[in-house]
Amino acid sequence: MNFALNLNYFLVLAAALFCVGLYGLICSRNVVRVLMSIELMLNAVNINLLGFSNYIDPQNIRGQMFAVFVITVAAAEAAVGLAIVLAIYRNRQTIDMESFNLLKW
Amino acid sequence: MPSLGTGVQFVSFFILSALIIGAALGVVLAPNMLYAAFLLGFTFICLSGIYLLLNADFVAAAQILIYVGAVNVLILFAIMLVNRQAPETPVPLKKVRDGVGGLVCFGLFSLIATTVVRTPWPLSNEAPVVNTTLKIGEQFFTNYLLPFEVASVLLLMALIGAIILARREYVPDQTVTGDEPLVLPERSREDLEPELKKLPVSTASEE
Repeated sequence: MNFALNLNYFLVLAAALFCVGLYGLICSRNVVRVLMSIELMLNAVNINLLGFSNYIDPQNIRGQMFAVFVITVAAAEAAVGLAIVLAIYRNRQTIDMESFNLLKW
Repeated sequence: MPSLGTGVQFVSFFILSALIIGAALGVVLAPNMLYAAFLLGFTFICLSGIYLLLNADFVAAAQILIYVGAVNVLILFAIMLVNRQAPETPVPLKKVRDGVGGLVCFGLFSLIATTVVRTPWPLSNEAPVVNTTLKIGEQFFTNYLLPFEVASVLLLMALIGAIILARREYVPDQTVTGDEPLVLPERSREDLEPELKKLPVSTASEE
């Protein structure tokens, strides 16, 4: 048996992490947990980008550039998302996703 | 990493993968939000190990600095600010919804995994770059200069937006003599609404 790592291992790991994050995104009722699940999904995307960067484009490492940009956008998204959570909590006194239905038809 | 043997890489990949998936499941399923937040930090640290296996040392360092140092701490603060142990109102068919969600996610995973295994990737045989930090800096200031500058503007916009969204409107206390009080204005406008209604209109409109 060959013990060398290849691209498929990393892509399958990223898929598993992405699906765990997706499950948390659609099934949890706490807003902060939803934000945490989004961070997990963004990290799964980063594994994909770095895997492609290492195995397909090892000289120019363009995937690593994209991963750095994804990290930047994720930091901005976390800050704005948590500020929105704080504003909602102040207005409605709850962080339950089921009670955020102001814009629901 | 090139200096490690392939067997060592293989074993460490599987240990890190097991830790990542386990901790991510903990993040999603843990009943206590605080444990979930700490498990999220643990997931980020294990992910930086995976990045090291992929020859991305700069991104691994940035991952620990930004995710563990900034994002995770921000999430912990948010939990401290909003975590109130309120009983959740029951939702009809919650179990069925969770089951369907899990089924959809597992289906998506099988779909992606099948696609990954069946696709012939155009793998490259070149040797990886040794000094990735140098290469990333070079790329930032040649090919990716405009995205780099736009990212800085985006961070500034996120900073201002977060401040404006999370800000309370402060109204300073009025003293008898009319000069500014020596304490920091700590009362929110919501607390002051009943008092502001009692005040004459000219005082309230000075805000």
